[in-house]
Amino acid sequence: MQQLLTTTLSGITLGFVYAAFALALVMIWRSTRIVNFAQAPMAMLTTYVALTVIDAGYSYWIGFAAALVAGFVLGAAVEWLVVRRVDSTVEINPVILTLGLFIVFHSVAALVFGSQFRSFPAPFGVRGFEVGDTTIALTGFGVFTILAVLAVLGLLLLLFRFTDVGLRMRASAFNAEVSRLLGVRVGRMLSLGWALAALVGSLSGLLIAGGGLVHPSYMDPVVVYGFVAAVLGGLDSPMGAVAGGLLLGLCLSFVSGYLGSELVAMAALLVLVAVLLVRPGGLFASTVQRRV
Amino acid sequence: MSSLLASARQSVLARHLTAGLVAAVVGILVLSLVSEFRATQLAAMAYLGIAAAGLTLLTGLNGQLSLGHGAFMAIGAYTAALCLQDAEPLAPLPVILLAATAVAVLVGLVVGIAAARLHGPYLAGATLALAVAVPGLAIFWDGTLGGEQGLTVRVPDVPAWFADAVFFLTATDPTRGRYTAYVAWLVLVAVFVLLANLSRSRVGRTWRAVRDDEVAAELAGINLARSRVLAFVVSAACAGLAGALMALVVRIAAPSGFTLTLSLTLVAAIVLGGLGSLVGALAGAALLTFLPQLVTQFGGDLGLDDVRSAELAPLVYGVVMVLVILLAPTGLVGSLRTWRHRRAARSAQPPDPERTSTTHHNTTERARA
Amino acid sequence: MNALTVTDLTATYGPVRALDGVSFEVAPGCVTAVLGANGAGKTTLLRTLSGLVRPIAGTAHLGGTDLLRTPAEEMTRTGLAHVPEGRGVIAELTVRENLRLGALGAPRGRRGRFDLPRIYELFPVLGERRDQVAHTLSGGERQMLVIGRALLAEPEILLLDEPSLGLAPRVVAQIFALVRDLVDTDGLTVLLAEQNARSALSIADRGLVLGLGRVVADEPAADLADDVRLRDAYLGN
Repeated sequence: MQQLLTTTLSGITLGFVYAAFALALVMIWRSTRIVNFAQAPMAMLTTYVALTVIDAGYSYWIGFAAALVAGFVLGAAVEWLVVRRVDSTVEINPVILTLGLFIVFHSVAALVFGSQFRSFPAPFGVRGFEVGDTTIALTGFGVFTILAVLAVLGLLLLLFRFTDVGLRMRASAFNAEVSRLLGVRVGRMLSLGWALAALVGSLSGLLIAGGGLVHPSYMDPVVVYGFVAAVLGGLDSPMGAVAGGLLLGLCLSFVSGYLGSELVAMAALLVLVAVLLVRPGGLFASTVQRRV
Repeated sequence: MSSLLASARQSVLARHLTAGLVAAVVGILVLSLVSEFRATQLAAMAYLGIAAAGLTLLTGLNGQLSLGHGAFMAIGAYTAALCLQDAEPLAPLPVILLAATAVAVLVGLVVGIAAARLHGPYLAGATLALAVAVPGLAIFWDGTLGGEQGLTVRVPDVPAWFADAVFFLTATDPTRGRYTAYVAWLVLVAVFVLLANLSRSRVGRTWRAVRDDEVAAELAGINLARSRVLAFVVSAACAGLAGALMALVVRIAAPSGFTLTLSLTLVAAIVLGGLGSLVGALAGAALLTFLPQLVTQFGGDLGLDDVRSAELAPLVYGVVMVLVILLAPTGLVGSLRTWRHRRAARSAQPPDPERTSTTHHNTTERARA
Repeated sequence: MNALTVTDLTATYGPVRALDGVSFEVAPGCVTAVLGANGAGKTTLLRTLSGLVRPIAGTAHLGGTDLLRTPAEEMTRTGLAHVPEGRGVIAELTVRENLRLGALGAPRGRRGRFDLPRIYELFPVLGERRDQVAHTLSGGERQMLVIGRALLAEPEILLLDEPSLGLAPRVVAQIFALVRDLVDTDGLTVLLAEQNARSALSIADRGLVLGLGRVVADEPAADLADDVRLRDAYLGN
């Protein structure tokens, strides 16, 4: 019983982090029809930025903010400098582009920050809460994780639904040419989309790092899990990304707890294959056909 | 007409076989002359080349991008390693290599069937997951597969006939290290001849048709799924074989040898060399084998320590990969071909002004006017 | 002063000349119909004017503004609204959101001839369906949506590309009548590309006939209806 509770709680916490990463992937997919495989090392880099700031003596929160800002800037820069110039009519090209960026960001991190394992602080503590005699598997940091992701989700929802900028971004993603004719600066909106997505990715990077170890490869499995979560929810659906993240987090937590942590990646693969073969549009596929 | 085709086909086969024979002999000569270290490097280039060749056919000819071929290499490597545990190998080396290939083929069949229904980023993501998942299995089954440490490989003794043949050609006796290099090179030549023929054959044309226009291909009577699965299986076979050779050359099969980086490295190799080009695949493999040493030296000159210098190589080919895909998507070999064609057929054509922005990246065009 | 002046406009798709030395003038406050068969260059003309296609030669001016130097996303701020071929409804957004987008494109400090209440007045069905997702609208409703959306940008000139496509004659008549009204009451200038020559000429002041990218006829609309050149341009002569 104890283990069931532990597994579930850690699954939920982990699920929220995967949800954030999946959301970053979905945001970029919706706006530019690209799966940003480089999102993982991008988030890793911004976490290193936070680490550098913290090492320099500033508080965790300054480092946190620095990472988010760095993510925003990095996302915009990547879109503006590189993604915009790729010939996406060949389906393979953007994929190879993000893979190239994956490799580049990895080695940049190793060159600049070194490959050794570094520990990363976690605010609000990593001890489980005490309830009577027992310690439940929910930590202060875990609660923070859930709240942070929910806050970001809420803010994004407000942005997209209720602001003019959000409307312009959605229009640019749905129909770039018509949006241009309506006076929308589509290029800027796409950069903004990438910037926000990268910011969300940075958040997930910070949340995964908290209380654990940081090294250039630490985010790599997350790109797989995030992708699976995004596909699970339907690549076009932000809400689906969140739901997919939670589902996957729970599922993987159970696999890890009861079968073995080495099998987690295989479980993710099987989930992915199952979804893609049975319901390729994702569990929460939207019914509107996108104009290609 | 059919006899014309038959003779044309025969001449292609003859050309390939001749080229292969020459390459084999030259390769053995070269390998006997260089240092042991260099021979091992060339062996690495050989097995990477085999894996890259299979992948470039899959991606370039058939249009399926797999990020998980490191997993197939792992499968081939572990199969071979399991057979080469004792002083007496379970079977002669060619049989072991075939066995490793066969296992990779079986797994490739399963994966290929699932993959045939997937496209673009979905296929990439699924194979990415495969690349991450398979090494985990090796750790999970640490009883048989050696866990984190992996399995060490005992290189079998050089067969007498082989040693005689090598002596005949080069007047040297093959050491165990060089033996693995010779084997790797010979397998490379054989595989390339096979793949070159396959590429030119009806199967190759079918693959290209499927890549270029699925609907048209299907209307022409091509079974899409079968074509895709076949391409996948062939590439998995190459990767499995390459993995087996890798186990032989580096004498170990361990999870740390099959990271995500390996799969991405293979993709980098075929992108740099040009998708669909066998020569390009080998060029890419060569680049990836020899570049690190050059670049590490450069890093040392800059004052970086060894570990950091080692990271310069991936940085270089990551950057080159990005530049290639932006500026010359057909890769280095492909671009060279196009450039030569264009020079030969230079004509004055009016510039094409159509900038219909169905893709977002045209938004800044008019602003620059 | 003319609203729109086009001189020698030439645009190519590879070796094909979609527009070949097209010259004409559009007077403000009237409807100019651009007629011709499929492939005559009507759509290319509109797309070149609105910045989606760059010509290889020629000039185009709207009042004092050089259109060819203006990027597509600046067009509404310059006073040109283009309703593209296929309508260009953003299907995933609601009616209200589509309209809002149009309004966002209006130049600053423009006199409010067209605001949202006026649009709902002109097109009551849009008001009824304002919170519905645009892809649930019928063809005629979509056409009204995109016209309303274009009007909210307070344009000086409205480019309409084949609005009658796929619509029932009654709906076409309704929409065309409305366009004519806007021209008469608000002094809007309209460039109307149409295959349906009869309907277009019924509300047009002037007719421009294109054939294979060239101007074949440029006459007052009344004179054009029976003109043999018009028939030839469609039937290919």
